[in-house]
Amino acid sequence: MTALVSMKGIEKSFPGVRALHNAQFDLRSGEVHALMGENGAGKSTMMKILAGIYHRDGGEVLLDGKPVEINSPRQAQDLGIGIIHQELNLMPHLTAAQNIFIGREPRKAGGFLLDEAKLNAEAAEIFASMHLKLDPRTLVGGLTIARQQMVEIAKALSYRSRVLIMDEPTAALNDAEINELFAIIARLKAEGVGIVYISHKMDELKRIADRVTVMRDGEYIGSVPAGETPVEKIIAMMVGRALTDERPVVPDHSNSDIVLEVRNISRGSEIRDVSFSVRKGEILGFAGLMGAGRTEVARAIFGADRRDGGDILMHGRMVDIRKPEDAVRAGIGYLSEDRKHFGLAVGMDVRNNIALASLSRFTGPGGLLKEPAMQQAAVHYVDQLTIKTPSDRQEVRLLSGGNQQKIVIAKWLLRDCEVLIFDEPTRGIDVGAKNEIYKLLNALAEQGRAIIVISSELPEVLRLSHRIAVMCEGRLTGILPAGASQEEIMHLATRRGGENDKPAKGEVK
Amino acid sequence: MSAIASATNVASGARFSGAQHRLLAFASLIALVAVFSLASPNFMQTSNIIAILQATSVNGVLAIAATLVIITGGIDLSVGTLMTFCAVIAGVVLTFWGMPLGLGVLAAVLAGACSGTLSGSFVAKLKIPPFIATLGMMLILKGLSLVISGTRPIYFNSTPGFTQISQGSLIGSVFPALPIPNGVLILFLVAIAASFILERTILGRFTFALGSNEEAVRLSGVNTDRWKIAVYALAGSICGIAGLLIASRLNSAQPALGQGYELDAIAAVVIGGTSLSGGRGTIIGTLIGALIISVLANGLRILSVAQEWQTVVTGSIIILAVYTDILRRRRL
Repeated sequence: MTALVSMKGIEKSFPGVRALHNAQFDLRSGEVHALMGENGAGKSTMMKILAGIYHRDGGEVLLDGKPVEINSPRQAQDLGIGIIHQELNLMPHLTAAQNIFIGREPRKAGGFLLDEAKLNAEAAEIFASMHLKLDPRTLVGGLTIARQQMVEIAKALSYRSRVLIMDEPTAALNDAEINELFAIIARLKAEGVGIVYISHKMDELKRIADRVTVMRDGEYIGSVPAGETPVEKIIAMMVGRALTDERPVVPDHSNSDIVLEVRNISRGSEIRDVSFSVRKGEILGFAGLMGAGRTEVARAIFGADRRDGGDILMHGRMVDIRKPEDAVRAGIGYLSEDRKHFGLAVGMDVRNNIALASLSRFTGPGGLLKEPAMQQAAVHYVDQLTIKTPSDRQEVRLLSGGNQQKIVIAKWLLRDCEVLIFDEPTRGIDVGAKNEIYKLLNALAEQGRAIIVISSELPEVLRLSHRIAVMCEGRLTGILPAGASQEEIMHLATRRGGENDKPAKGEVK
Repeated sequence: MSAIASATNVASGARFSGAQHRLLAFASLIALVAVFSLASPNFMQTSNIIAILQATSVNGVLAIAATLVIITGGIDLSVGTLMTFCAVIAGVVLTFWGMPLGLGVLAAVLAGACSGTLSGSFVAKLKIPPFIATLGMMLILKGLSLVISGTRPIYFNSTPGFTQISQGSLIGSVFPALPIPNGVLILFLVAIAASFILERTILGRFTFALGSNEEAVRLSGVNTDRWKIAVYALAGSICGIAGLLIASRLNSAQPALGQGYELDAIAAVVIGGTSLSGGRGTIIGTLIGALIISVLANGLRILSVAQEWQTVVTGSIIILAVYTDILRRRRL
């Protein structure tokens, strides 16, 4: 039997990054095929190529054994390939039926009028085939996320899709909703639809997947039957990188002061009762899968988002942090994963970006800025951090990612923060520059700063951290010592609520 | 003027490209002047040049106020009616209450600052989009001006020095060959002051930073609300100065005047190369923009082109100016 979809030798590069290399994937009709891998392994890129969102640089895509060129999402739809993105793409002010048939509305009166009745009838028919009880005239904005997802699936089916790609479909669903989704998947499967299921959650794969294909670093690792393969083996395939990376030399922190202590902070369902502390000179790594709540914890500590409860202590004293201004005053700096949006004013020059958090220090009488002092400070950090820029007047947007990151670091060093929270410090930075950033982080810790590093790249966490906090679904599921294995981390990172009654707290002695 | 020209746009960072656009605007201004002088011998007369400058003074000052707010990434639609409101307040203090001139001036500027603080608070604290907040303020101020004045003009006949604010000539009294009215002098003084604040002070730096990336500024631990309100307040007080200028020129506060001025002001800002999306802009550009609008109006009038056509031309110029700016940035 020929495969429904077969992708072979797929190559794809983005500026500066090779996303896929000789990657392959195949899908039979009537199967649920899970695609797994760490963040950045290339799963989404692979599926976006199949859905016509990206163009491949090399390799071939076969549909029913025949080579096809898929140049646009529209073409993919015509070929019967539907994708349901992690972020739903619906228009909240239109009804479910209007969303499903957007751009293909049935007409009447010679094409001048919309045939709303037919529209609703056709949508109702699709819902019925899914055994879904939903009025096609309901406004999408008023539906739960789970229901909106059903509308997306119905939309994909309306194209008579034979291939349905689902990217982390359960990320925002509760258990009952997940059951409903799985029931629909089972029905589609019975009708011969091939389903690609991208997920991080092991327990779900065991429930619905027939086969699992693992990708790592943009390459195909292997395909195994989902049922009889132990979870350990799948994890090993995902992280199986040779562990040649350096491990940190962990200094003895037991006599160092605790600088930052976080007690029981929470925020909706994003952060659930998280507590930890960081000592002077320590690098605390935060590992976890995407959406585990690590960034949310950082933003809550920094006052960028409101928190529902919990205390933050600096040197044992409670600090009232409601906005970033308070956090900075307490000596906490936050380096966002999204430098361009949250870290830099890219249209401004190096000097002003470095001084951005300390401008009041460079202000004399009458609000006059002391440009010479600002220049001196900027040049000092440009030298110290070896920021490659023609001058401190260079616009930041013209610099490379690594140099931009160093500018954000310089900004916080100039502000003299004791606690620095790095959120994905090497995202979008090439390999050479990564090493420089690592060295810089180690040097900062040696100088006695308390450092938190959030990273989705396990080798990065392992290489830097003196201790590793692991989160899953808003909970801190454990804190591991520096020698922890990737497998141990992945176990904690996929440990969903209920499996452990009490989240691990505080120190591991 | 050279003082302002020398104050380069350091903070926007788009120094060279920004300079290019200003050069283009300046070249257009020169070209317009050249065309009109060739077309009509009356154009280059001293009296006509002074008339053009005098006509620019009110719109120029308002446009400077609008520039500050626009660089933060906002917009201020209330500048025109705020100008009138401040003029009416001056009328109340000077004519109704018979206070001395200095207090009237102070009251007008303060009224502007208060209104700006209010607009700024709506935007920063209540998170109302600037367009809506200042649209509301525009109507509120228009209504208040009519209510306070009893819908009638307030004349300043009892305050003898008042007309001198705009129409007198300090420069002319020292150099009789240069009878430049005070209104024009005030325009340039306001421009120099605003340029200085924008380029050299912390308020100016945050004005650019807010327009460039407000969230990054907030996440740097800066109280962004406070600085934003300060910018609106400064813009408001500059509108107060504009109010004094127009009232002095008309020797009266005309409560029905004002609406529509905000659009001319924004047009000058845009022609001058300030980006409506914030983060980039200069006072000198705005000044050139305001001059282009007045030169056009004056030159077309001298050539006996109907007023209706003048507005058509101004509109076309706005579109052309912004399009060249887009072309230039696409190339970068």
